[in-house]
Amino acid sequence: MSNRPNPLWQLTLARFREFMRQPEAMFWVFVFPLLMAIGLGLAFRNRPPETVRIAVLRNGPAADSLVARLANARGLAVQLLDSAAAAEQLRHGDVSLLVVPGDPLVLRYDSTRTESYLARLVTNDAIQRAYGRSDVRTVRDIKVAERGHRYIDFLLPGLLGLNLMGTGMWGVGFAVVQMRVRRLLKRYLASPMRRSHFLLAFGFARLATVTLEVVTLVGFGMLAFHVPFRGSLLALVAVVLVGAFGFAGVGLLVASRAQTVEGVSGLMNAFMLPMWLLSGVFFSNAGFPSAMQPFIKALPLTALVDALRAVMIDGASLMSQGGELAIVAAWGLVSYVVALRIFRWL
Amino acid sequence: MLEGLLAPDAGDIEILGMRWATHEHALRERLGVALQETKLAERLSVLETLTLFRSFHQRGHDVDDVIGMVQLGEKRKTWVVKLSGGQKQRLAVACALVSDPDILFLDEPTTGLDPQSRRQLWDVVEAFKAGGKSVLLTTHYMDEAERLCDRVAVVDHGKTIALGSPRDLIASLGAEHVVEFEIGGRAAAEERVAADAAWLGALPGVTDARHERGRWMLTVTELHRAVPALMGGLAERGIALADLRTHHATLEDLFLHLTGRHLRDE
Repeated sequence: MSNRPNPLWQLTLARFREFMRQPEAMFWVFVFPLLMAIGLGLAFRNRPPETVRIAVLRNGPAADSLVARLANARGLAVQLLDSAAAAEQLRHGDVSLLVVPGDPLVLRYDSTRTESYLARLVTNDAIQRAYGRSDVRTVRDIKVAERGHRYIDFLLPGLLGLNLMGTGMWGVGFAVVQMRVRRLLKRYLASPMRRSHFLLAFGFARLATVTLEVVTLVGFGMLAFHVPFRGSLLALVAVVLVGAFGFAGVGLLVASRAQTVEGVSGLMNAFMLPMWLLSGVFFSNAGFPSAMQPFIKALPLTALVDALRAVMIDGASLMSQGGELAIVAAWGLVSYVVALRIFRWL
Repeated sequence: MLEGLLAPDAGDIEILGMRWATHEHALRERLGVALQETKLAERLSVLETLTLFRSFHQRGHDVDDVIGMVQLGEKRKTWVVKLSGGQKQRLAVACALVSDPDILFLDEPTTGLDPQSRRQLWDVVEAFKAGGKSVLLTTHYMDEAERLCDRVAVVDHGKTIALGSPRDLIASLGAEHVVEFEIGGRAAAEERVAADAAWLGALPGVTDARHERGRWMLTVTELHRAVPALMGGLAERGIALADLRTHHATLEDLFLHLTGRHLRDE
């Protein structure tokens, strides 16, 4: 006879160990979001105002004189090109605009591209100045390049939300279905284990892994990209916990009936893919039609990412995010209740 | 159904004076179960797995004692995925033993194991039995049933077709020996014997004659009378033997006698 270990603690420990001992899980949870943050952070980093690259078509002495006059224009890099080379570079985006000297001067560019349109404004301005136009009013620039307004600042909370969703769903859903396939659920059922302990253990084990995820990602953002953290730590913890709980619930629901690992993978992707696109992780979702907005706002990932951004970057209070948190919690709660009712143990 | 995982269509189940409907939790505390084809968590060690199962039960053995019982001491810290088939199966039985159960349910515990692993598992079961407790074992291996069981029920298509101790069951064949023989030469010779099978059953000392896949099997009480009579009968009819062997009757012979077919998968 011996002392009984605490079952809830043992179940939680088993879940945590199994998760941490899977190399694939470690990659998706810790390495993948970091790679994503590094990649996107570098691609969209704030650079000094970029030089506009344009070409002038070599079609006579007028072209040479134009290039000479534009040589000193600020923020403009001018090349003199033959028609074939000019056409190719324009097509590839190596130059944003082509000037065809003559009277009138012709500016050829793709009006649907922002950078081409910017090139048109800069080029026109430079040409007019080069030929003698002067400013009629004095203006003064004040440049804003503040932390908190950059793409990486926008991205990091989004990635954190995405990660909470992904690991919550995969960590719980996948594990449950695997246990069902391996008939381990049946074996547990044959023992006097409390079912509530079993399901709660998933939640508790998630809390431990979630802490590691958040520390990794937020810590990395702060160190490598100087992403500001303006809210209270307590508020962040609260939002993260609600998020982890919510998506663990959804993961449980998705896995409650599935009989194969392939089946549950399909269900998970079907649930998560719309949110990858719609929830404003990588770019603002304001661009979607207004008729879709109520639907988008009701998605759990949208609410979670909005709340994370508000708390981390804007320094919002927890209370102000009550609506978003309620949406995430409601998804979790309804999922848990439904999952418990329809859960298949055998 | 006995393990409380399925509800019976009809009838009543009572174990240790308790029923599943009213005493589910208490029953689970006192039964130890090793199911067929359970795959335990791969990345937990032997010790971690057993500690987990121990935690489900109010009372039970010390985890290390159970590891000793199933001889997994050297594998204490090894992950389940790295155990051999026999070691995994012993661990599954250990998960059932850890609660010090009153009744142990083993569902085909040695299926797919090599002879050495089977014997190690048998040792575990016999040690448990020696403690005065009951084991309910299902198996397709008649030698396993004969060796481990005090009472055997032969179940065919969901119906119990024989019940008793291995010794009594074998005795119910009415014979202690089995004579098997094959006819040499043409199928025509075989047909001749088959057409006139009655004489085989009527030979002195023979209680039953069966023909199966080209082999004849005689259930025999008195070997010393049956064999010479068989030889004489065959010679009289001009039939040559290709093979002849005799062995003590086993549960397998009983099973074949009762079901009339070879062992099947289901």
